[in-house]
Amino acid sequence: MTAPTADGRQELVLERVESFRRRRPRLTDDVVTLAHGAGGKASAALIDAVFLEAFRNEQLEQLGDGALLVTPSGDRMAFSTDSYVVKPRRFPGGSIGHLAVHGTVNDLAMCGARPMWLSAAFVIEEGFPVEELKAIVADMAEAAAKAGVTIVTGDTKVVDTGAADGLYITTAGVGMIPAERQLGAQLVRPGDAVLVSGTLADHGVAVMLARGDLDLEADVESDTAPLGELVELLLAAAPDTRWLRDPTRGGVGTVCNELAADAEVAVVLQEAALPLRRPVVGACDLLGIDPLYVANEGKLVAVVPADQAQAAVAAMRQHPLGADAAVIGRIAAEPERIVLLETAFGGTRIVDMLVGDPLPRIC
Amino acid sequence: MKYVDEYRDPAAARVAVRRITELAEGGRGGVPYAFMEVCGGHTHTIYRHGIEQLLPDTVELVHGPGCPVCVIPMGRVDDAIALAERPDMIFTSFGDMLRVPGSTSSLLEAKARGADVRMVYSPLDALKLALANPDKQVVFFAVGFETTAPSTAVTLLRARELGVQNFSVFSNHVTIVPPLKAILNSPDLRLDGFLGPGHVSTVIGNRPYDFVPQRYGLPLVTAGFEPLDILQAVVMLLQQYADGRCEVENQYNRVVTDEGNPIALRILEQVFTLRPHFEWRGLGFIAQSALALNDDFAAYDAERLFEVPGVRVADPKSCQCGEVLKGVIKPWECKVFGTACTPETPIGTCMVSSEGACAAYYTFGRLHSTAAGLAAAAV
Repeated sequence: MTAPTADGRQELVLERVESFRRRRPRLTDDVVTLAHGAGGKASAALIDAVFLEAFRNEQLEQLGDGALLVTPSGDRMAFSTDSYVVKPRRFPGGSIGHLAVHGTVNDLAMCGARPMWLSAAFVIEEGFPVEELKAIVADMAEAAAKAGVTIVTGDTKVVDTGAADGLYITTAGVGMIPAERQLGAQLVRPGDAVLVSGTLADHGVAVMLARGDLDLEADVESDTAPLGELVELLLAAAPDTRWLRDPTRGGVGTVCNELAADAEVAVVLQEAALPLRRPVVGACDLLGIDPLYVANEGKLVAVVPADQAQAAVAAMRQHPLGADAAVIGRIAAEPERIVLLETAFGGTRIVDMLVGDPLPRIC
Repeated sequence: MKYVDEYRDPAAARVAVRRITELAEGGRGGVPYAFMEVCGGHTHTIYRHGIEQLLPDTVELVHGPGCPVCVIPMGRVDDAIALAERPDMIFTSFGDMLRVPGSTSSLLEAKARGADVRMVYSPLDALKLALANPDKQVVFFAVGFETTAPSTAVTLLRARELGVQNFSVFSNHVTIVPPLKAILNSPDLRLDGFLGPGHVSTVIGNRPYDFVPQRYGLPLVTAGFEPLDILQAVVMLLQQYADGRCEVENQYNRVVTDEGNPIALRILEQVFTLRPHFEWRGLGFIAQSALALNDDFAAYDAERLFEVPGVRVADPKSCQCGEVLKGVIKPWECKVFGTACTPETPIGTCMVSSEGACAAYYTFGRLHSTAAGLAAAAV
């Protein structure tokens, strides 16, 4: 047997890394860290090893934005829940109240459901100002009215000073799915187009700047908004839409990785096509953070057949929340379960799932 | 974007790549030109924009020791964790330092166990924390080359001016020239030139690199961090070979001068003193390669104020960070790359920061070529 060439060895290593990259990450930590809540590989490992392991069932295993349920009469509904712990509680473009409604409403919309009812549970720290609570609840009422949902049940708990960081809100929601509607990663095919409804990373950057850790001033507002109407417009224009997801924590990079894994395809994104506001690009460059991993709260990623892509973009652009809609990439058969980015500079790179929170680089 | 778009122009990149291909034809005596980018910021740019794939086979980029996170030895991380776990302590650090593994855990894990570890964007933010928490001791974990050292120094001057008593610095600042010399003295060196670090050079200037051509006969071109900066610096290095020249040049002259920043240099001198020796990850002890606080600032020196274990922890046997940092092997040639050592479970520091050669190669890196070819073909 001849000795392997340097190139041959490199190929073997790359092949091994690729197969490793395709595997669901495994939980190796003894304690929960902030990384487990960041939506990347650590979150996936925690969900697999703790929650799926204990609760395993057909609906949960889909790991979608919400569970798809069939009532005894045959109607289909979506059911979703999420907790909101954002700091600061008020930021340019919205508040924790807006997020708590929009987040759950959007999770339902991404299942193809028309959001209908929400619950709201509050964990409030002793000493929290009633005035602020009223303002946040008013934001929720306003957001619910705009999204066409009703908050029909709730819960209030007060905990000792120091036991919570001011206020945590959990909402859950139910929506009904029209009979003819089918969405899912299993419908995605090579050749399909990948779309986004508008500019990326606005929410994450707005919150980072509002935290005041950085002495930066930039005109960036959160994009928090309900996406139900936009989804209806999109589905009317592109009736064979395959898959929808709102790229919240972890951003477009993370949801595309989930798509690539679930659909067993490659997602090939084009950097030059990513809609990004200049102040957002500037802030991300300064911090050494990739906007592909930064949170959005009023955007969707869709996969539609290539021949319906232009109609889908045109329809979304009719709506104020879809004004910057764009085709940002395509689905390819290979390399399976991998997300690639064709850089604006002419190169190609992998967009891997983040390990934990994106951490700013030193210099 | 103004002042950015022009450095990311694909048409200009194609022109530069054509020029590189012409100049590098045949390689250097039949083998590819090997240029080391000293700075981790360059490594990040190279991978983020897919620059390696644009270059012809006759030019190879070697990733050097300039990632501040990658060169911190395990023992110093253990020291940092010991400080962070003291009662009444707020321990502050830059973001990507939090994930660096010590011998048993990282600062992020220490935080999860209950230590008050906070991420800051600047040492001045750590000083603000000290002012806001007078009943706590606030320590800033100072890491980085001459790029970040001036901001630590300014913070110390400010702390002294304000008479702050509960703020100190655990200095791990390092300097760029000694490791460059260590690499150049390495018997297994195989390099044809350097892309000099841009940020460090804004402080120290271009002059300190004169020894590279003079003593070692290799060219050095200080480069900026935009993708076109990198390509232009490669053109300049190759042009020197074509012209039969060997000198220090400055591609990043929109920011870097020959003399550097005299104010920053003065402040560094005022606050720091050179340590006789400092341990570098993978490179061992290098004389006069790191900065400690001088006696005037003893009251702000965490190493003098608190008991720091100072235990030397040997790098794991399997870890070849040293060879990677010296450019002797490529990340993928390391025995544990992609198996035991991944971004989720880093063994070596090169796998931690996105500036680290191994993490960059793993995260953004190349695909196994068959799959990459298929992806390119699928439209």
